[in-house]
Amino acid sequence: MKCVTCRGPAIIDIRRHNSNFCAEHFIEQCHRQVRKAIEEFSMFEKSDKILVAVSGGKDSLAIWDLLLDLGYSVDGLYIGLGIGDYSDTSLDYARAYAKTRSLHLIEVDVPSTFGFDIPNGSRAAKRVPCSACGLSKRHLFDEEAIKGGYDVLVTGHNLDDEAAVLFGNTLHWHTEYLGRQLPVLPARDGFPRKVKPLVRLAERETAAYCIVKGIDYIVDECPMSAGNKHLGYKNALNEIEAGSPGAKHSFYFGFLDRAAEFFAAEASIDREGLGACASCGAPTTSETCAFCRLVERAGGQLPERTGVNAVSVDLGPTRSGSIQ
Amino acid sequence: MFGLSACDHVRVKVRLHNPRRDLEIEGPITIINLLARLDLNREAVLVVRDGELVPGDESLADDDAIEIRPVISGGEQ
Repeated sequence: MKCVTCRGPAIIDIRRHNSNFCAEHFIEQCHRQVRKAIEEFSMFEKSDKILVAVSGGKDSLAIWDLLLDLGYSVDGLYIGLGIGDYSDTSLDYARAYAKTRSLHLIEVDVPSTFGFDIPNGSRAAKRVPCSACGLSKRHLFDEEAIKGGYDVLVTGHNLDDEAAVLFGNTLHWHTEYLGRQLPVLPARDGFPRKVKPLVRLAERETAAYCIVKGIDYIVDECPMSAGNKHLGYKNALNEIEAGSPGAKHSFYFGFLDRAAEFFAAEASIDREGLGACASCGAPTTSETCAFCRLVERAGGQLPERTGVNAVSVDLGPTRSGSIQ
Repeated sequence: MFGLSACDHVRVKVRLHNPRRDLEIEGPITIINLLARLDLNREAVLVVRDGELVPGDESLADDDAIEIRPVISGGEQ
């Protein structure tokens, strides 16, 4: 197997590109794909203040490293979710990466700040753990990005993540979610701008990037995620990809090019009636935001209202559900 | 049982994750054939030896010790 660029020994094949790469040219390929995503979707500029959500896993550490390589100035944000040893270990990886490179890592610990952890809190609130975890992270990402005055929040969602979510949303025709499944969500009404610069890289490539660059990350899967639907969708798509290289890319980018616009109106309807959470001030379509309801049901303490991400609109009519 | 041999053939030590476990496989064998025999999708794993990636066409030989590292992760978005 030879590198398509230099004809030296290759270390990885990327079948959807019909290409093999040596270590040096694989890193160049990753840089090229991330740069292309940033430019194609006008994600951010070098002058922007950037915050990356870091979990200690391969994707978030890879995108932090890639952005630094590409000359961006980026701080990290770690959310501790109280998932036993898994959270402790993942924090160690995030801290180690930041420390060795003298980077700023913001840490928010859910158990000590809000009085609940994901395993027990999700059980008490009668929510699926991954749902409570995702809800908590999204809320705290938004809050910290706004509080810190960041221009943009970067997440490590890769091509596999986006294709799997698209698969699930299409399978169940969640049209309101399809309308906002985009690589860039503009800042709006108390929400920070959110971008996904890894959408052109598969997760096999982000893992390979970390290995080649010597970035240590947590390899074992979160113990709460076993058997969840998202992983099932990824496995199903990888079965298709194995027989049809490029299928995931075509599925996701075909959606962006030819279908996403048809669902945009549904996404905007879901954001009508946006007001400020009576408890924490975060934007919500209900009187109290979904995170504050989770905290209360999980037996935690409701956060004090800081107003850091309060929206500038009056409280709208109470609606069921939340946009978070 | 698959992968375990009573003969004195070359043995390749294989570490798997989720759950973490170790196997010994009869060699020599290429990475592509190893993954096929373990019924693992090449899109979902990487093979690592001494901290470096091992390409699919490479043959594993005497006393090789490799890690088959899963790359699929994530819960609800």
